[in-house]
Amino acid sequence: MADLTSNFIGIKSPNPFWLASAPPTDKEYNVRRAFEAGWGGVVWKTLGSEGPPIVNVSGPRYGAIWGSDRRLMGLNNIELITDRPLEVNLREIKSVKRDYPDRALVISLMVPCDEESWKDILKRIEDTEADGVELNFGCPHGMAERGMGSAVGQVPEYIEMVTRWVKQYSRMPCIVKLTPNVTSILPPAMAAKRGGADAVSLINTVKSITNVDLDSFSPFPMIDGKGSHGGYCGPAVKPIALNMVGEIARHHETHGLPISGIGGVTTWRDAAEFLAMGSGNVQVCTAAMTYGFKVVQEMISGLSQYLDSKDMALDDLIGRAVPNFVEWQDLNLNYVTKARIDQDACIKCGRCYAACEDTSHQAIAMKPGRVFEVKDDECVACNLCVNVCPVENCITMEKLPLGALDERTGRKVEPYANWTTHPNNPMAVKAAE
Amino acid sequence: MTNSQLTPGVVPGRLPAAAYRDHFADKEPAFDRHEAQVAADRCYFCHDAPCMTACPTSIDIPLFIRQISTGTPEAAAVTIWSQNILGGMCGRVCPTEQLCEEVCVREVAEGKPVEIGRLQRYATDSVMAKGVHPFARAARTGKTVAVVGAGPAGLSAAHRLAMHGHDVTIYDARRKAGGLNEYGIAAYKAPNDFAQAEIDWLMKIGGITVKTGKSLGRDISLDELRKAHDAVFLGIGLAGVNALRAEGEEKAMVRDAVDFIAELRQAADKSVLPIGRDVVVIGGGMTAVDAAVQSKLLGAENVTIVYRRTQDKMSASDYEQNHAASKGVRIITGAAPLRVHGDGAVREIEFAYTIEGPDGLALSSETFVLKADQVFKAIGQSLEGQPDALKLEGRKIAVTGAGRTSLPGVWAGGDCAAGGNDLTVTAVAEGRDAAEDIHASLMAKA
Repeated sequence: MADLTSNFIGIKSPNPFWLASAPPTDKEYNVRRAFEAGWGGVVWKTLGSEGPPIVNVSGPRYGAIWGSDRRLMGLNNIELITDRPLEVNLREIKSVKRDYPDRALVISLMVPCDEESWKDILKRIEDTEADGVELNFGCPHGMAERGMGSAVGQVPEYIEMVTRWVKQYSRMPCIVKLTPNVTSILPPAMAAKRGGADAVSLINTVKSITNVDLDSFSPFPMIDGKGSHGGYCGPAVKPIALNMVGEIARHHETHGLPISGIGGVTTWRDAAEFLAMGSGNVQVCTAAMTYGFKVVQEMISGLSQYLDSKDMALDDLIGRAVPNFVEWQDLNLNYVTKARIDQDACIKCGRCYAACEDTSHQAIAMKPGRVFEVKDDECVACNLCVNVCPVENCITMEKLPLGALDERTGRKVEPYANWTTHPNNPMAVKAAE
Repeated sequence: MTNSQLTPGVVPGRLPAAAYRDHFADKEPAFDRHEAQVAADRCYFCHDAPCMTACPTSIDIPLFIRQISTGTPEAAAVTIWSQNILGGMCGRVCPTEQLCEEVCVREVAEGKPVEIGRLQRYATDSVMAKGVHPFARAARTGKTVAVVGAGPAGLSAAHRLAMHGHDVTIYDARRKAGGLNEYGIAAYKAPNDFAQAEIDWLMKIGGITVKTGKSLGRDISLDELRKAHDAVFLGIGLAGVNALRAEGEEKAMVRDAVDFIAELRQAADKSVLPIGRDVVVIGGGMTAVDAAVQSKLLGAENVTIVYRRTQDKMSASDYEQNHAASKGVRIITGAAPLRVHGDGAVREIEFAYTIEGPDGLALSSETFVLKADQVFKAIGQSLEGQPDALKLEGRKIAVTGAGRTSLPGVWAGGDCAAGGNDLTVTAVAEGRDAAEDIHASLMAKA
C-alpha cells in the first residue's frame, strides 16, 4: 500500500482526504465519526462572530440533480454558516483535536469585513489547538447579501486586506477559500498570495438553481412557494473546479501557491485528478453527504492502488499534469486523428451515426446490416461518437502518422505547428528571414 | 452398443459426448468487466446494509461493490477476503437468494437484487487470475496449531492462524484437501478444478503444511495432537450418513447421495459414470437437489425427489428447487419411504403419504410406488469419528464462544460443531472466529 501521509502547508494528516467545511463538519459528533471512518482531516463548518446565532430556514435546504438510477450528480444548498453558539463549537473543536492529534483540524471563519471582528475571532479560537484557519470568502448565498462570503471573495482588494489581518493577528497557517462566482479565478488567488495566505482552497459552491417546480412556478429548493439561489456542488461542478485549480497552478504569479482542491471529488480517481492538476490535498463534501463517511475508504484504497501501480509517491503525483495544461494557441494543429469503430465490439445501436449525421460532420456511413463505418474524408475527429457510444473502447481515435494523407484536407500530416505560426493568423509570428 | 436415456438399468454414456461438456460447464458464467460495472452500478451503497448483516462472514458488500464500480476489483477482493478467505468459492456456492440477495433493498423493491454473489466472484477471480495473494504473514510466533479437516472451516482457520504467524498443520482423511468444497458441491457450481486452485492460492500465505490421508482416530489421535501442538482446531465435518430406516435399503443401487456427488466431482470424464434410467432421491436439502439435478444431467430419463414433509419445510431454497424443476426433476413432498423392492438390486420403491400432526409426522395408509433402478439417500449427515473426550450437544460437538470445546486447547467449527447451519460460508466464519480466539489465547499465554 502506497504511503498516503500528507503534509499540506505544514499540516500533517494520514491521508490527503479532508472533509470540507459544510454541514457534515458542523459538530463534534459528526467529526468524531468522520475520523473513525478514516478521514485525514476536517475543516470545521464556518464559525461566525460572537452574538446571537445564525438562523436557518426550516424548509428544504438542498436541491439536487440526478444521473441515471437516481445517482446524485449535483447538490445545491441554501444553508448558512453554523447556527450553533460560538462557545459550543470552540469547546467541541478543542475536545476533538485533543483526542485526534494525528488528524488535521482546520477552522473555517466568516465574520464582518472589519479589522476588529477578525482580530476578535482569531483570539477566541487560539486555544482550540486547531491546525489552521480557512477564510470563507466563498459562500454565495445568504451571507453574501450581508457583505460576507463571496461578497468578499469577489473583490480582490478585500481578500488581500482580510488575509493580511489574519496573518497579523494569528500564527496559524491560513487557507483562503475562493469563490468560483467570478469571471477569472486568478485575481482573487493573486490577492490571497499578496495578503500572505499560506494556501488557497477552491472551489466553493457555484450560484445555482437546481430546478423549477412546474406546478408552483418556484425555483427549488422552495420555501413556501419562493426560492432563492443556492450554492452548487457535487460531481457536476468538478470540471469547473479542475480548470480553476489548474489555472492557479500554472500561472507564473501563483505557481507554487499551495492549493487545497475542492469540487465534486467523489472517488479516488477524482482525487487523483485534482492532485495531478496541482492540488496538495483534496476536500470532500457531497460524496460524504450522499454516501456517509465510509466512502473515504474506497478513496484511500483506490488512490493507494493507483500510486502503487504507477510506482509513484503521493508527492510525485501532485502537479504532474500542470505542465500539460496549456493555452489553445499552443495545441498542435498538425495532430490528425480519425474515429475507428471496432466492428466486433459494436452492438449496432446507431447512436454514433445519429449524432454525427444530425449534429456534426456527416462522417459516419450506415451500411446494410446496420454496419457503421467512418468516412475519413469527412471526419474532423471531434470525438462526439466516442462520447455517445455506450460501448467503452468500441470507437477510438487513431492518430495518423507523420506523412500520411488526411483524406479530409488532402494534405499530408506535417510536424508540430500551432496557431501562433499559422498562416491564417493575422498575428502570426513570422520566421526570421 | 451405445446407451440412451431409455436404456434400462444403471449404465454410463446415455448422452452424446458434447452434452456432458455442456451440462457440466459453469452454471452461471463469470461476469466480464463491463457486466460487473453495470451490475455494480445498481448498488445503492446502503447505510448499515442489510446484505452485510445477512452475510454469515459479514463481508462489507457495499464497499466492495463500490470498489468494483470505481474500477478497483483488487481492492474489492481484499475487502471480501479480509472477512472470508474462501470468498471465491462462496461467490459460487452461497445460497445468496437466502442470504445477502434476499435482503438487498432492490430485491425488496423490484424483485431484482444486485447480483452480489456474481460480483464477489468477479472481484476475487480478477485477483486470483493474476496469482496475487494480498495478505502477508506476521512474524513467526513459534506456536503451532493442528487443524483437523481441510474443509471450509479448517482452511479458513488455518489461513487466519498462519497470517498471525503461527505454524499450522492441517490433517485430512481424504486424498485431497478441500472437504465439501472438493467432494460435496455439484460439479457445475465449481468447474475447472476451482476448489484446488483456491486452496493453492490460499496456501500462498505460507506457514501451512497439509497432510492428507490422515484420519482422526485411525492415523492420528486428539491426545497426540494436543501434546504436539499449542492448540487444536477440529473442522471434521459430518462423516456419517443417516439411514432411511426403510425395509430393503441394503439392496444394490441404493446408495448415499454424498458418495455419488463426490465420485462425480472427481470424475474427469462424466460419460463413464453409470446412472439409472429411473432415479429416486430421498431428502429435501441441497444434497438432494445436487444429486437429482446431476442425475438428470448425466442422462437419467426420470428423476424424482421425494421429501417426507411439506414443501415449505425443504431446506433447499426456492431457487434451488426451481433450478431442479427447470432441469426436469419432479419433486414430491409429504411422502416417506416404506420398502425397497427388487431382486438383489432395487426395482421400485414404495412410499406412504405422511400426515403432519401435533406429535410429529405420521404415516397415512395411502401409499404409492415409484419405478427406480437407482436410489440416492440424502436425508442428512451426522457426526462420526469424533474423539470420545469431547462433550456433545445434540449430535454435534458442544462449543461455547468462538468454538471452544469442552477440552482446553481444543476448538471446533463448521458442520461438526453445534449451532451452525451447515453452510460453507458459516463454516468459514466459524473457522475464522475460532482462529482469532486461538490467536488471542496463545498470545495471552506468551
